Amino acid sequence: MNELIDKLKGEIIEQLNLEDVKKEDIDNDAPLFGEGLGLDSIDALELIVLLEKNYGIKVANPADGKKIFQSIRTMAQYIQDNKK
Amino acid sequence: MSDVNYISAFCRISSGKVNVNHSIMFTGEEGEAPAAFIKSVYKHYQLNYPKFYKMDGLCQLAFVASELLLKDNKITERYNKEEIAIVISNGSASLEIDTEHQQTISDKANYFPSPAVFVYTLPNILIGEIAIRNLIKGENTFFIFDKFDAQFTAQYINSLLNSGRAESCIAGWVEFYEGNYDAFLYTVEKTPGVIRAEHTAEQLLNIYK
Repeated sequence: MNELIDKLKGEIIEQLNLEDVKKEDIDNDAPLFGEGLGLDSIDALELIVLLEKNYGIKVANPADGKKIFQSIRTMAQYIQDNKK
Repeated sequence: MSDVNYISAFCRISSGKVNVNHSIMFTGEEGEAPAAFIKSVYKHYQLNYPKFYKMDGLCQLAFVASELLLKDNKITERYNKEEIAIVISNGSASLEIDTEHQQTISDKANYFPSPAVFVYTLPNILIGEIAIRNLIKGENTFFIFDKFDAQFTAQYINSLLNSGRAESCIAGWVEFYEGNYDAFLYTVEKTPGVIRAEHTAEQLLNIYK
């Protein structure tokens, strides 16, 4: 799980162009939206694309996004549970 | 009220140089790529706007030019936000990022369009970025011409100010395509400002040459 979290942090930094953010700056349990990383709605769409492109996971129900993208840890857990 | 309007300040970013009101304020490194140069300017002036890194090259260029233009000529503090217009033009629209977007959708087997890229596939988004940053709510228009049309631009903006639809305007030309970049942004007001040039096609071409 820790390895996946680390990999995911790198992918998010690259995909979302978080230029001044380092992996160690991202708290595994901090909210991704609002506070924490302060991501916005376009970033949410990018994360959905990232899941599909890098892990083959389609988020069929947008309402699930709130739970999946709560933090890096919840995202990694979702990938672990759903990766094809 | 007089119908004479003035170019009160300007910022030109091109050929590795930042020129604000006829003073070269920053020079990039020899042979620096456009994107790297614009990022150097952003960092040099510590503009500190995290959204900058999410913008495409065209918006980054317009954003940096607008920040340097408005740094010393604070029209956003002197006019109501509804009284400030933004009128900008270019020649290549958003073709640079359009091409990038097209590459992500050209292969049906590897079809992953990026929402963050797609949102920049319109040139007038750069006006939106400037307006959001400065909370400007006045008239805004984006034109596409073969080259900077000083005659049309002067006439259009003077008409906006003289008809009372705006009290000031951020105007100019912002081009970013295939390694070429050129931003010329200026403010138009009823008072002369530091440039003291009347807002006419002739004066614009004297500055933008």
